[in-house]
Amino acid sequence: MRRPLSLAPVLLLLSGCAGVQSMSEGAGFGSQQFNHLMLLFLVVTGISYALVLVFLTVAVAGRRNEGGEARLRSLLIGWVGFILIGLVLLTVASFFSDRREARAGAEQEPLKVTVSANQWWWSIEYQNDDPSRIVHTANELHLPVGRPVQLNLVSGDVIHSLWIPALAGKQDLIPGRENDLRIVPTRIGHYRGQCAEFCGLQHAHMAFDVTVESPQNFAAWYAAQQQPAPEPTDPRAKAGHDWFMSHACANCHSIAGTPAGGVTAPDLTHVASRQTIAAGTLPMSRGNLRGWIANPQGVKPGAHMPAVGMTADELDAVASYLETLK
Amino acid sequence: MTASEHPDDTARDGPELDGPELDRILSETWGDKAGLIGWLTTVDHKRVGKRYIVTAMTFMLLGGMLALIMRLQLARPESGLITADRYNQIFTMHGSTMMFLFAVPVMEAFGVYLVPLMVGTRAISFPRLNAFSYWLYVFGGIMLWVAFLRDVGPDIGWFAYTPLSGPEYSPGKRADFWAQMITFTEVAALAVAVEIVATILKQRAPGMRLDRIPLFVWGMLVTAFMVIFSMPAVTLASSFLLSDRLVGTQFYNATEGGSALLWQHLFWFFGHPEVYIIFIPGLGFVSAMVETFCRRPVFAYPVMVAALVTIGLLAFGLWVHHMFATGLPRLGYAFYTAASMAIALPSGVQIFCWIATMWDSRPRFEVPMWWVVGFIITFVIGGLTGVMVASVPLDLELHDTYFVVAHFHYTLIGGAVFPLLGAITYWFPKITGRMMNDRIGKLAFVLVFAGFHLTFMTMHFTGLLGMPRRVFTYPAGLGWETLNMTSTVGAFVMASGVLVFLGNILASLRRGAIAGDNPWGAASLEWAATSPPRPYNFAHIPAVTSSTPLWEESLPVFSGLRVKQRELVLTTVVEAVPDIRDPSPTPTIWPLIAALATTGLFIWSIFSPWALVWGAIPVGIALTAWFWPKSPPRHGREPVIE
Repeated sequence: MRRPLSLAPVLLLLSGCAGVQSMSEGAGFGSQQFNHLMLLFLVVTGISYALVLVFLTVAVAGRRNEGGEARLRSLLIGWVGFILIGLVLLTVASFFSDRREARAGAEQEPLKVTVSANQWWWSIEYQNDDPSRIVHTANELHLPVGRPVQLNLVSGDVIHSLWIPALAGKQDLIPGRENDLRIVPTRIGHYRGQCAEFCGLQHAHMAFDVTVESPQNFAAWYAAQQQPAPEPTDPRAKAGHDWFMSHACANCHSIAGTPAGGVTAPDLTHVASRQTIAAGTLPMSRGNLRGWIANPQGVKPGAHMPAVGMTADELDAVASYLETLK
Repeated sequence: MTASEHPDDTARDGPELDGPELDRILSETWGDKAGLIGWLTTVDHKRVGKRYIVTAMTFMLLGGMLALIMRLQLARPESGLITADRYNQIFTMHGSTMMFLFAVPVMEAFGVYLVPLMVGTRAISFPRLNAFSYWLYVFGGIMLWVAFLRDVGPDIGWFAYTPLSGPEYSPGKRADFWAQMITFTEVAALAVAVEIVATILKQRAPGMRLDRIPLFVWGMLVTAFMVIFSMPAVTLASSFLLSDRLVGTQFYNATEGGSALLWQHLFWFFGHPEVYIIFIPGLGFVSAMVETFCRRPVFAYPVMVAALVTIGLLAFGLWVHHMFATGLPRLGYAFYTAASMAIALPSGVQIFCWIATMWDSRPRFEVPMWWVVGFIITFVIGGLTGVMVASVPLDLELHDTYFVVAHFHYTLIGGAVFPLLGAITYWFPKITGRMMNDRIGKLAFVLVFAGFHLTFMTMHFTGLLGMPRRVFTYPAGLGWETLNMTSTVGAFVMASGVLVFLGNILASLRRGAIAGDNPWGAASLEWAATSPPRPYNFAHIPAVTSSTPLWEESLPVFSGLRVKQRELVLTTVVEAVPDIRDPSPTPTIWPLIAALATTGLFIWSIFSPWALVWGAIPVGIALTAWFWPKSPPRHGREPVIE
């Protein structure tokens, strides 16, 4: 896929590394449109700014005006004409860019995904005409490259905003409303999304991972996600499973294929296959899993997951069990 | 004259009554009582104005300190300096303090101080309301800050979106203190706006036709009208919010038939004009300073006035550009994009006219002009990034990122605070009678200017790299570390410049060179008064024959006002022909008592709806006493020609 003309080189220089959350990535149709349009805006506004600076320099340090007010008037008319042309150009360019974005991928059947935002995590449901093929997950999106995805956006509590800068612009998730966001990912890679509307205490820790992959890899991931959780074989994991099912965990979390069927917290059926814990707060690892379960209020104060009283042994068992949920 | 007339009525200013004798009589008539009583009862627009300015600047320092704390927290990723809870309170307090307790009040404060002097009258209209407005403002500000220091500061953002700010997601009283602070400051702002409109339209010096009004006064007129039309929207919004929180109405609760987006419409219908309310007076400062230091009227006066009015009107047509991501019908966005971009036209025209004025003259680059040049360099960038965020496809990426933080600090600091600091330097001699130090003033400019650009230019890139606003921390590895550290360093450089500026003020108050009436050789009427002005402003009301009265050969005066009673001359709206002589109210304690009673009602009503019933009684008593006719007035309004 052709990389668009973009701000990426400049930003790369400034930041010292590529940003998985950068708008300049151009890894989706919306982000590409942004980069093209931004370049046009930078040119037009850059010329305007240069004209102002030149005029200011002349006025401060250069030769005085010798043409009297008549000269000033004709210059003013020219300046107004320039601004008008510039504004019309940019307005029209924005309008058509917006239309192009709205039509992007219209010729293909989109992948349909419902995202429900909660304080402070994302519930994700891949829709399918066959109810048995619906996939539930959380805080992680997998998308096949080149295929449009239609995100259906709802909120369970306050206003949030779903934003994957590298792919497209943002869209709010508002209680009482349903919004849509159509994204066409165009480049394989790993990206990061984040809530962009202030949503309370842990707004800063409401991110998610986005993997854009080949259609084959996506199909494989999707097939794996449809599987229920494997029965634990290892005795430690089995002990963890039993503890999980007989304590508060199972009231809020779901694990397909087990009695755990809570819906107020992230689905954990394949939690160990994800890249992060607690909505992008910690990288997935055994140590971090243990730390999070033992003391969620220390990791993410205010999060709705309580610390459940457990011994070190029980904690270890539960973490072992969760690690089997690939 | 009739035999029954009181002897006080016969004393008039004029050729027979002039000089020290006139000064003595007028000072007695217009002066305040000495000491604390005078301080509490004054209705002098200059004393109230100074108080307003000092209070607003104090809030600016407090808000600035919060900004520094935020910058310290954000200097490094995953910093544990302050908790999420405290950070959310701090960024909410920073925005709310800067917008509601600093920026709007300080601009209105300059209007309160300067407008009566610039239009050549003895007092602001409704001077007691003016005193009331100040007390209410300061009590509201103190309430919010006391709440914050006691850990019940609002943590919902200065925009307080519902339902996050509603009863379900913000239990406790934090959001209520925020909403009630809105009520305080809006009542105060509306009061001042009405006074300024009335003063400008009815109290101009004879001969100051509409086309001779100083551009700063035009700016204040447009601003005051914008306050009158926009503030009711936010007062309504915050009242709905309070009643949702206190008595269980459901205006914003979607599950009960309310609407979460209703808040955003009402808030931004106010919130966008608010930005122009802050920077239009800034544009007025610039016009005043450019005129003086170029020693010629600003080029294309009618175009400048039309530009101000156009900005004022357009400001009401673009609130939806704050809501592009809310999923409103997409085609309708095009209108708001066009309206938002259109603002660039009147703004660009004004920039041109100021530069053209400089080019067409030999400007003196005193310190205020340094701020003017800094303003142009900075504000234009903010305007141009404003054009970017007006575009829907760009805004959907840029919205709620550090790019937007950079954008509006360029417009508000570049567009309003730089002119404000210039204006303080410029009018300091008028207000205090002493000049500010020149070299320290330039040092302050260099530090603030450099620190500002280091802080906020950087934020454009932080935003483009995907950093959202209002996050108390961020992970390492997204390319934001160096940029954030740079912004933090810049913020401290800028803060040091502000401190140098303040030090200059304090030092100059004691040791500054004596200024004289018109140290800059300016043309507008405030410079015809003494520095600092006498309580009555002008011994004789000036009469105006051009837009630059002090550059004329002489300043004719209009005499014949009573001097032993407070009397003003009212003039016609368009031509400023003398029309009526009108009494002006005397000092009284009742505005302060009414403000205290109102404060009691407002704060009590955070806790109980019954406050509206029982709290209204002291307010009613105070207002009754305030308006109680002391004795039958000897005169009502009288025509100028008896």
